Formats: sequence, structure tokens, C-alpha cells
Amino acid sequence: MRNVFLFIARFSNLLFFLFLQVLALSMLFRYNKFHQAAYMNVANEVTGRFYVRYNKIETYFSLQKENERLRMQNADLLNKLKADFAAPDSSMQLVTDTFRVDSLEQYRKFLYLPAKIIGNAVDGQNNFITLHRGSKQGVDVNMAVIGPEGVIGKIVNVSSNMSVAMSLLHRKNSVVALLKKGGGFGEVTWDGKDPRFVTLSNIPRTIKVAKGDTVVTSSYSDIFPPGKVVGYVAEVREDKSSSTYSLKLKTATDFYSVQHAYIVKNIQKAEMDSLMQKVKKD
Amino acid sequence: MSNLVRNIIRFAFFILFQVFVLGKIPPLHQFIVPYLYFLFILWLPFKITRGALTLLGFLFGMALDMFTKTPGLHAAACTLIAYIRPFLISLLMPKEATEIGYSEPSITSMGFVPYAVYVLVLTFLHHSYLVFMEWLHFGNFLYFIGKVFATTAISLLLILITEMLFVRKAKYRTNVA
Repeated sequence: MRNVFLFIARFSNLLFFLFLQVLALSMLFRYNKFHQAAYMNVANEVTGRFYVRYNKIETYFSLQKENERLRMQNADLLNKLKADFAAPDSSMQLVTDTFRVDSLEQYRKFLYLPAKIIGNAVDGQNNFITLHRGSKQGVDVNMAVIGPEGVIGKIVNVSSNMSVAMSLLHRKNSVVALLKKGGGFGEVTWDGKDPRFVTLSNIPRTIKVAKGDTVVTSSYSDIFPPGKVVGYVAEVREDKSSSTYSLKLKTATDFYSVQHAYIVKNIQKAEMDSLMQKVKKD
Repeated sequence: MSNLVRNIIRFAFFILFQVFVLGKIPPLHQFIVPYLYFLFILWLPFKITRGALTLLGFLFGMALDMFTKTPGLHAAACTLIAYIRPFLISLLMPKEATEIGYSEPSITSMGFVPYAVYVLVLTFLHHSYLVFMEWLHFGNFLYFIGKVFATTAISLLLILITEMLFVRKAKYRTNVA
């Protein structure tokens, strides 16, 4: 017994070092289960406060770019207004058959909550975005984050006033997407190298793909609203091991300078989930 | 300014500088990530117990991890260099110098070549360990090697600039003070 104590006393520094290493590594590799824990909640609120301060200054430098973006988005939305469609002749009538305008609420699926991006990184292998809107303002885990130009990511952690989203530039990120002109479902992932490009894999070779084609989110996802731009095809690569293409996409969102985002809540998700649960039980 | 106060200020300064200045630089190349924050550990006084140094390394790395949302990544690398540091100093410096000499590692207190070796080895260790853990997630050997060397080169450049900008008056430790 005495020898044991002597051993501990002699190697106390080494043991302490090893203990801290194991602690750090276990935190790192168990991150998925761990990130819900109190530590990250506290960290969010503390570092969030720094980010808010910094962001107040930083915003001024990109005001022009941001205005341009919001103006483009506004123009896009204005072009969809019903009042802007006029038939040349009174016998023609514009019919909206996809939704009822007067009782829209009961059919609403996606609700957009505006949020300010206060923290952002692109230089790691797993990049996160901090948003100034938390559980008190109706944010929950697994909601989509959309920017004025396109998809940004999805929420992975929420504290009372801040939330953290995993951006498209995260190695665990996967978004189901398809080519806008039709066909070809695939999964968007990031290889951790260049923050300007992501990869869309598993596109069958029967589909004709050209440079510059738009890739959008699919309607199969219960997180992302359909038709949101993920990116534009920058390079078409043939996957030699399978008969598919793997497309290099230029992200629609400029992750270096994005400032504003919308958190998208799927109101019908609970119903969908309980239905799926039932199917799995049977 | 006492040693304690100076190091508390450095702690905050290095973290904030890393997050809000270096972290905001648009990436030049996929291999290059500018790291400077660990210079805090390199600049800690000689006279600090081994256990305290290791713990401080851990806490310092954890502070950065809170900002980058990677709990444990920088903490592990910082703990490693904080643990290795005393061995390296005792290798590079004659015993008497650490006992009577200056308060913290610098060019004047250690001499140019020993200090350069000290910085080079610890920077290289820090980056290798950090990139190694990223590599475990990804697995591309060329990427690993390239990133370690490019990041080390950039860090050494930054440290050189910092040393030239902030000339630290190497205080000679006396019994009176």
C-alpha cells in the first residue's frame, strides 16, 4: 500500500496530465451526446455576450453587401405577389389552386423567425454559427437556418437567449438536395477543405448536369423548406467506384460575411414524427 | 505590474485576439490557420509548479474551446505543451539560470537560439497534436502533413512579429522584489 502512495506521489504530475488529457479527449469525442449538457449552455451564454458586442461593430463593415442581399430577396418576394399578375382580358382569371389565401394559417407548414448571426467560423473542420435567438424566443433543436441567399445549416443546441447551428461546413452535416431542373436526389456533405465548396454525391449518370446548375433542398426533408438554394454546380466529377456523379457545389451562402438569417420552424413536425413512430411500432 | 495581474490580462488578451482578430481572417489556403494564442503558455513565468502549469494549460485551452464550440480540442493540445514545457526548459537552459535568472522565457533570458528552439518545438507539438485530432475525423495524410507544416510556419511568423512588437523587459528576479 505504501508503495502505491509513493508511486502516486512520484508520478503525480504525469497522472494529473493524463487525467486532463483523458478529460479533454473524452469531451471531444463524445461531443454529440455531451453538447446538450450544462457546460455548453453556460459557454453559449458567456461567449454569446462577447459575440454580441463584437458583432455590433462588425456589422457596419458589411452593411452595403447585406442591404444588397436583402434587396434582392425582397425583389424576389415582391415578384411572387398575386397583385403583380394581371390577365390581359377579363374572361381570363388567375386561379391559385395550391393554397387558400384567406385561411392560410391552418395549412402553414413552415414559420420563419428572423435571427441575427453573432458568431461565425469557417476555419475549422466543424464550423458552428451562433445566433442571437434562443428557446425563450421559440427556437428548438433541429430547426433549419436559412439565409437571404440560401441554406446555412441547422440548429444543434439552444440556450435561453442564444442558439448554435451547425453550418453546411460541418463534417457531420448532411442535407438532402436535388437539382432544380429535375431529378437526382443526393446528399450534400463537406470534405473539410475549402469553405467555399460543398459536395453533392450520388447523382445518377443518366441525368445531364451542366456547370452552373442550381441545387435546392428537397421536399422530403422535415427540417428544410423545399426549394431553398443550397449551391450552384461548379464542377462535375465522375465517381469511379459507382455509376454516379459527385458534384462540387459553390455554396449559395457566402459563409464569410453572412449576417442575417431566418430560423425555420416546421409546425407540422410533431404530427409527422408521431405518425412515423406509429409506423415503426407496427 | 505584478506577475499575476500581467498574466491575467494576457490570458484574456490572447483569447480575444485569437477569436476576434485571427479568427476573422478569411482563409488564404485550406492548410493555413493562423494560431497565436498558445504563446500565452510559452510566456508563463519559470517559477510555476508543474501541476499548476498543466492545469492552467487545460483551462486556457478550454476558454478558447468555449468560443470555437469544440470542447476539448484546444484544451488537449494546450495541456500537452504545458506539460512538456518544464522538460524542454530544463533541457535547454543550465539549471542555475532558472533558479536565479529572469522571471519568464524570452530572447534575453534564454538566449536567441535556445528560445528559438523552445518556441519551434512547442509550436510544432501543439499544431501536430491539434491537426492529428482533426485528422482522426477526416483521414487524409497529405492534408495532415501539409497543414501541420503550413500552420507551424504561419505561427512562427506571427510569434516573431509579436516578439518584435512587444519587447518584454526581461526582469531580473531579485530577493527584494
